[in-house]
Formats: sequence, structure tokens, C-alpha cells
Amino acid sequence: MDKHVLLIEDEMNIIEAIRFLLSREGWQVDTHSDGLTAVDAIRQMRPNLVILDYMLPGKNGLDILTELREDGDFLELPVLMLTARGQSRDREMAEKAGVSRFMTKPFSNTEVVTAVRDLVQLAR
Amino acid sequence: MTTPQQPPVFLERRSYRQRRLMDALRLLPIFGVLLWMFPLFWPATQDETAQAAPIPMSAAVIYVFVVWFVLIASSFALRHILRPTFEQQAADLGEADASEAR
Amino acid sequence: MASVNQLIGVSLGYVVFLFAVAFFAERAAVRGRRGWLGSPMVYTLSLSIYCTAWTFYGAVGYAARSGMEFVTIYLGPSLVMIGWWWILRKLVRIGRAQRATSVADLISARYGKSNLLAVVVTVMAVIGVTPYIALQLQSVTLSLSVFSGPVGENSFNQPGAAFWIAVGLALFTVLFGTRNLNANERHDGVVIAIAVEAVVKLVALMAVGIFVVWGIAGGIGPMMERIDASPIGEWNIDRSRWIALTALSAAAFLCLPRMFQVMVVENQDERHLQIASWAFPLYLLLMSLFVVPIAVIGLDLMPAGANPDLFVLTVPLAEGRVGLATLSFLGGFSSATSMVIVATLALATMVSNHVVMPLWLSMREEGATVSGDVRDVVILARRASILVIIGLGYLYYRFSGGGAALAAIGLISFVGVAQFLPSMLGGIFWRGATRSGALTGLIVGFAVWVYCSLLPSFGPGSIYSLSMFENGPWGIASLRPEALFGIAGLDPTVHAVVWSLTLNTFAFLVVSLLSFPGPLERLQGAQFVNVFDHSTQTRGWDAAFATSEDLMIMSQRILGSEEAQNLFRAEARRQGVRGHLPEPTQAFLQQLERELAASVGSATAHAMISQLVGGASVSVQDLMAVADESAQILEYSNRLEAKSAELSRTALKLREANEKLTALSVQKDAFLSQISHELRTPMTSIRSFTEILRDTEGLGHVEKNKYATIIHGETIRLTRLLDDLLDLSVLENGQVNLNVETGRLSDVLEQAVVTAQAAATGPVAIKRRHLDEAILLTTDLDRLSQVFINLITNAQKYCDASAPELTIDVRNVNGAVSVVFADNGTPIAVQSRAVIFEKFARIDDSEGSGAGLGLAICREIMTRLGGDIRYEPAATGNAFVVDLPAPEALAAQ
Repeated sequence: MDKHVLLIEDEMNIIEAIRFLLSREGWQVDTHSDGLTAVDAIRQMRPNLVILDYMLPGKNGLDILTELREDGDFLELPVLMLTARGQSRDREMAEKAGVSRFMTKPFSNTEVVTAVRDLVQLAR
Repeated sequence: MTTPQQPPVFLERRSYRQRRLMDALRLLPIFGVLLWMFPLFWPATQDETAQAAPIPMSAAVIYVFVVWFVLIASSFALRHILRPTFEQQAADLGEADASEAR
Repeated sequence: MASVNQLIGVSLGYVVFLFAVAFFAERAAVRGRRGWLGSPMVYTLSLSIYCTAWTFYGAVGYAARSGMEFVTIYLGPSLVMIGWWWILRKLVRIGRAQRATSVADLISARYGKSNLLAVVVTVMAVIGVTPYIALQLQSVTLSLSVFSGPVGENSFNQPGAAFWIAVGLALFTVLFGTRNLNANERHDGVVIAIAVEAVVKLVALMAVGIFVVWGIAGGIGPMMERIDASPIGEWNIDRSRWIALTALSAAAFLCLPRMFQVMVVENQDERHLQIASWAFPLYLLLMSLFVVPIAVIGLDLMPAGANPDLFVLTVPLAEGRVGLATLSFLGGFSSATSMVIVATLALATMVSNHVVMPLWLSMREEGATVSGDVRDVVILARRASILVIIGLGYLYYRFSGGGAALAAIGLISFVGVAQFLPSMLGGIFWRGATRSGALTGLIVGFAVWVYCSLLPSFGPGSIYSLSMFENGPWGIASLRPEALFGIAGLDPTVHAVVWSLTLNTFAFLVVSLLSFPGPLERLQGAQFVNVFDHSTQTRGWDAAFATSEDLMIMSQRILGSEEAQNLFRAEARRQGVRGHLPEPTQAFLQQLERELAASVGSATAHAMISQLVGGASVSVQDLMAVADESAQILEYSNRLEAKSAELSRTALKLREANEKLTALSVQKDAFLSQISHELRTPMTSIRSFTEILRDTEGLGHVEKNKYATIIHGETIRLTRLLDDLLDLSVLENGQVNLNVETGRLSDVLEQAVVTAQAAATGPVAIKRRHLDEAILLTTDLDRLSQVFINLITNAQKYCDASAPELTIDVRNVNGAVSVVFADNGTPIAVQSRAVIFEKFARIDDSEGSGAGLGLAICREIMTRLGGDIRYEPAATGNAFVVDLPAPEALAAQ
């Protein structure tokens, strides 16, 4: 079982926190912080799970997700989306685009860890 | 140009003068025509039924040039006197121009 | 005796002198130092192109043949000038208001900007004036031949001389007449050259006159005796000619294209006309003062059969006064050249504006919008027209044989151009005059002139047979060319004047009464006739269909890009619109049309604009204005118009405000997301790390410390955000207390730069000029410093140049001090510039960490301090200008 997660996020402190949480769960955590090249990074690294921030420089999370789902290879890839924007429309749009799980910041650590576990189990 | 708080008599008289001078300026060319057409009544050489001897050329030359000179002098004098009025008009025009779309 | 070669040398020197004068005048005018160039005396002297070689040489000949009759040619113009208040004043005002470029342009503009009318007038003018140009060439060559001694024993080639003179004149006219396109820009070089020539010809003629009276006759008394004793010593006039020629010369003075050129087009100030009203008649008086004495002495001294037209030259020559004769020759030369130059310029303007340009425009199917640079075409057309017209004059001279037929052409030409008079005067004094009336009148008058004056002038047997003169065409006696309708015995000139002008006027009046003018005609008619009453223009364009971009492109091609941009920018500023393109309002279109008309004539300008606007040239309001003749209604509609202009301005402002609000509302949503993001992001870290600290057992000391530091930093970030929001809110509500103190601008800037650089995220080179900063300020220096810090920090954050640079400049314009912060980064997108100072604004996609409050705070602070902050697009990058509070505003604080 591969435990390889790609964290796409531009806030250093949040990266630090998630890396800490998931490493303890046995995940290999890679990070990427630029929106424009995010899809290429996913193609290249082929992680088992993607955690995607909504507000990214260059390209927002929703567009990255849409592009990802249009590529046949990544239809099944679990994507956990995080957002700090407080709008309910964002959730609807993300669900339409094929998000696996949608979470609003600030999240509780347990929430994130549980969600990651669930997603991996579902995918299997 | 006429402001409501004009001092009465003096300016009245002045503006009356101004108007008559403007009339004179307008009439000037008409005087000119009359005076210069006057030689038509003079006896000339080719008239067969001439009652009088033809006017000598020197007199004719002097007449035409004297009329000419008088007209020029009058025109000069009238413009000189009316100059403030014209300047005022030009200034008003200038303001109108400035307020126009420029 | 002076050789022809010497004379040619003198003439060439004189011409070089004229070139130099014209050149320096142009240069001075370009530098804006008009000075005496624009003086009323120069204007008066330029009017003297009325006195051509025909009057310089011909007047003496005329006097020798017919006594005092010659003077009528000067009496008419004198009367017109002395009566300037009646006609000239109005003509000049209209010409300037309508930016008329020629007589044809004026008439065409009056009658609904009809190009057909302009073409007719142009053709008539060319036919009427070309022979006159030929006459000038003839007079110069003839006067040259006088110096070459008896005919036959010299190699002097008259046609050759005429050819080179024509070439020289064409060169001069092209050089100084087509330098700048806009005819209203005036030809300073040409005007100054003809003013100089005016002085030369006056001095020359008077010198000969003084020599004759005091040098030959021995004083005024003896001169008078000799006059009376001469063959013309008795009063001997043809009375009908006396009247007709005075009237004719007055009419021609008003109608001649070259007179219109100097009198109206080159007029710089209407007041010059008032001075010319006495000065020009004085010039004419002096020009004619010595004509009779010279004629009398010439008749006395010269052998019988000598050409009296050349007495001005031959009398001094016979007396051995070569210098005087040379001066006299230069006088005649001046008369001829100045006339040819201005007449050609005037005709070329007409031909290029009314014939060549419309043809060229119609040949290009895509029309005015997409054509190339029209300016080159116009200038080329004008230059070609000049060459063609002088060429025509030369050809006419060659083929008419330069004989006696030419000598009569002066008066005939006068009668031809006088045909413009009814349409012109009718147009400026009578609103009922119509285009059809003008067209009919012009054509009738022209036809009668050709039939009764031009064609017969070639003499029996050339164009008309002798029997044509005696019995009329096809034996119809009432159509005899010099005795129309059986009225025989009239002098031919009087006959032509009377019939052509009578029939012309009659046709003009009758057809005008019977026909109905179009809306545009009526509008123009009202503007012409009431030029003194309302200086505001009646509007002619329905502005809805034109776009400013199209108009701009077209204007640039005609006016040149700089001038067009200035025009558009000024209008945009007047309308209060941001950016460089104004709304295409009616008023603006009207103004633009007049500007274009000054370059290409009113009819062409009108056609070009109508192509862009879609032909909807007259609006409902205009039709209403036309329908109601009474002054009150007109006044009322003018007021309505003003109001509607005001309304449309208000609507424009509202539209702008609405756009701003919509943009703001979008911005506000984005801000809420942004503020949410800004608040939630630090909170996420805080929550996550506090949970880690709480739930994780066995965390090392180093890690605990690290995570606590992160939490600490994020709380500070939150606090700063809240501070900003509160600061802004306090400033907006005006609850702020200003701490006013006095200090030096340099110190405030220094402190700001140090503070900003201490917290710098990116290296930005800051350039300052400390000398300019030595300014004492009395204001809230801390707040001002806050603004400066913000601007510097912004530059540090957002300037994306490879070598980021910030220039801090102090501008001091009459005590109003501004500090300019100019960076070299990518300029802010145009659509974003309007909102950068709004508090929710944040430039899209920029990855800054601010919430878009900095500039809003700066703006609030500057408003509180009584100054301002604004954005200016810089040549490379962005500039923020901080206008420091004016001293008065400070005192009030």
C-alpha cells in the first residue's frame, strides 16, 4: 500500500502542520505551492491522494480539479479540497467539478486525518 | 454690456454720442457713393448739348482725390473714437469663444 | 541702358530676398514669435494684391486712353473697405466661424455644404482667374522686353522668360503655400512676402510719380497746367462705365478668390479689418495719385504709338534714369508675382478641396475610416493643383499670343468672379436663399458672362464670326452677344456687367423663392445670417452612431496625430471623462467637423463625418429649430439643447458611477472572500498547531518552541489586519485626531524609507533628490509618513521589474507641492486604475499578502490632511502622486 500524498498549498505554516500530522500516520508528504504547474506535478508524481488548497497563486484549486478530472487517468484519484473562503457556492462548484471531500479552514486536526483515512479506504 | 447700476446722465449722453457715431460710420460709404457719383452731372467733352464748357481735368483729379482723402480721414477718426466700443465687443467675443467648446 | 541680363540678375536677387523674408517669417511664426508679423499693417499691405501688374502698368495706359476712368477700379474697393461695417465684418466673422478655406468653401458651406456648388464655383473661379494669371506673366515679360531695346535686334525670348517666371512662381507657392495643411494655420511666409512686395510696388510707383511731377514738370502748379493742356485735359467720361466699373470693382474685391484668401482666410484678428478700413483706401489713393501725371507726361514725351501701358518704365528710361526704371520694373514684378502666388494658392485650395479630395474619397470604396494618411494626399493634391493652375496660366499666355486680347482680360475676369456676389451676399444676409437658387444664379450668370464677355473678347473672326456680332446666332438679333434683347449701343463691359449680374440675381432670387431648402441648408443659413446673434453652434450630428475610436483614427489622418490627440484630450477633460477618448457628443462632432473643414473644406469634412456617423446628420431637435422661425423658439430650443447637453453629461456621470458601483459590488464579494481568507488562514495554522501542542505527547522542546513561534506570528498577522480595518474605519468616520506639527519633508521621507526598507521583502533601489525635499511642512507628519511607507512598501511588493527601482520626486508648482513615487514595474491594467483606491480593491491575481487596504488608507489620510493622492500612468511603470496639503488648507486644520 502506497501512502503518498501531494499537498498543494501556498501557506508555509499550513504545510508545516499538515506535514506533521500526516507523517505521523505514515504518509510520504510532497508539497507543491504553485497553481499553474500543479497538474503537471500530479501527473509526474502520481500520488495516491491530493490535498488541494482553493486559493493558489496562478490558478485556483477549482480549475486545477476540473483539469485533473478531464484527464482520464485521474478520474479516481481522491482529492481533498481545503478552502478559506467562506462561500457555500464554492462547495457546490467543487462538488460539481468532482471533489472527493471538501473542508473549510480552519479545520481540526482529527478531521483532516480521518478524512484522509476515509478517502484512501474508499479508493481501495 | 449695459449694467443696471449705470450712473445716469453722463453715460446716457456718452452712449448716445457713441450710437450717433456708429451711424456716421455706417453712413460713410453712402456719402462716398454720392460724392463720387456726383461727377456724372458734370458736363463732359462728348456731350453734344453741352451748356457749359467741360470741367478741366486738373479740377476733376483734385475733386476725386479730395473726396477720397476726406473719406479716409473720417474713417480713421471714427474708428479712433469708437475704438473702446470695438475693443469691448472683441473682448465679449473673446469670452464667448473661451466659453465655447475649446 | 540696362541689359536684360542685369535686370534678370536684379530680379533673381529680389526673389532670393523674398524667399529669405518668407523663410524667416515662417520660422518666427513657428516659434510663436509672431510680433509684427500679425500686425494690422501687414494685413493691410497683404490686401494690396488687389493691385496687380494690370493696375501697376495698366492704370497709366488706361488713363492715357480714357482719362479719369481708371480710378473707378480703386473707388469700388475703397468704398467696400470704408463700409466694412456692412459686409466685410460679417464676411470675416463667418469665414472664421466656419473655418472657410475659400470662396467656394464659404458658398458651399452656406448652402448645406453642397459639394456640387463648390465644384461649380471652383470651375468658374479657375476659368475666370487663369487668364488673369496669364496677364501677369505677359506683363512681366513685356516689361523685360522694354529693357532689351528695339524689337528684332535682340535674342530676348519672351515665351522662354514667361516659362521660367512661371516655374519660379510655382516653386515659391508650393514651398510656402503648402507647408502646413490647415489653411487656417495661415501662410505667414506668403503673407509677409506679399506685404514686402506691396511696399516695393507703392514705393516704385510713387518714385516714378515724384520724378515726373517734380523732376520733369517742375512742381504741382506746372503739372496741373500740363494736365489741362494734354489730350486728356478735359473731363471726358462714359457715365455708364463710371457707375458700372465702380460697382464691378467693388463686387470683384469681395469675390476674387485671392482677395478672400488674404482678407478672410489669412485674417488673424477681426480688429485688423478696422484699421485696414482706412489704411487700405489710403494705399489705393497713393497708388493712383500719380497715375494721371505719369500718363500726361508720357503722352507728351513719348513718340506717338508708344505703348502707354509701359509709360511707367519708358518715361524714366527716356530720361536716362535707369535706376528708377529698374525700381519701377521691380514694382511691376512685385505686383505680378504677389498676385500669381496668392491667386494660385487660393485656386489650388479650391481645386484640391472640392475636386480632387471628393474624387479621391469616392474612388476609395472603404471610405474615410480605413484610408491611409490623408494629409499627404491633401498636400500632394494641393501641390499638383498649384502646378496645374500656373501651367494653365502659362498655356493661356502662349496660345492667346500675348496680344491685345489679354489686355482686356482684367475687366472680363472681374465680371466673371463678380458672379459669386449674389449667392454670397444673399447667403449671408437672407435666410431664404437656397442651394437651387444659388446654383441657378451662378450658372445663369456664368453662362451670360461666357457668352457676352469672355468669348467676344477674342474679337470677331476668332471664336465668334463677324455676322454673329452683327446679326446674332442663327440670325436671331435679340441674342447678339453685345446687344442682348435688342438693347444696343451699350459699352460691351457695361452690357456684360448689367446683364450677367441682373440675370444672375434674378434667377437666384426667383429660384430661391420657389424652392425649399433642406434642413442642413436652413441650419447653415441661420448660422450665417445670425452670425452675430448666437455664437453657439446649432448641432448637426446625431452622435449615437459614431465611436470615438473611429473618429480619432480619421482625425489623426487629417490633422496629424499630435494635434488630433490634443483635441480629443481637451474635449475629454472638458466632458470630465477619464482617459483620452471623449464621448462623441453632438457638440464635439460639430467642433471636429470644423477642425477638419479647415484642412479639407467643409463639404469634404461633412462627407467624411457622415460616413462615420452613418448619414444621420440632422437630429430631431435641429428639425424643430428649423421649423420654428421665431427667435423666442430658437432661444428656447437653444436652452433645451443646453439642458439636454447637461442631461447627457449627468447621464454620463451616472453611468460612470453605476459602473463604479457594479465594479465595487463585484470587488466587495471578492473582498469578503479575501477577508475570510485573510482571517481563516492564520486561524488555521493557529488551530492546527494548538491542537498539535495539546494532543501530541512527547514533543521535543525545539518543536514546541517552533510551533509556539508560528502561532505567535499568526496572531500578530491577525492583529495587523484588524488594525488596518479599524484604522480605515476610524479615518472614514472622521473620528481621527490629527497631531499637527511642523517638520521637513526630507525628514519625513527619510523616516519612511528607513522604516519601509527595514521590513522589506524585496530589494528596490530607491532614488531621491534630496535638494528638492528641503520643504517645511505643517501637518500630521506621522500620518503623512504612514502614506509614504505604504507607497514604498507597495512598490517593494508589486514592482516586478528585473531591477526594481522607485524614484521619489518632489514637484513644486507655484507652491503646490506633490511627491511622486514612480516605479518601473508593469503598469496597472486600465480597468483596475479606477478602483485601486477603493477599500475593497485588490488587483486580481496579484500574490501580495495585503488585503487591499493600504491605498484606501492612504487616500483617507490624504483627504483628512487636506491633500490628495492619485495614480498616474508613467512612461514606464506606475506613479503615485501625493499632493501635499496647500498652506491655506493646513491653516484650517
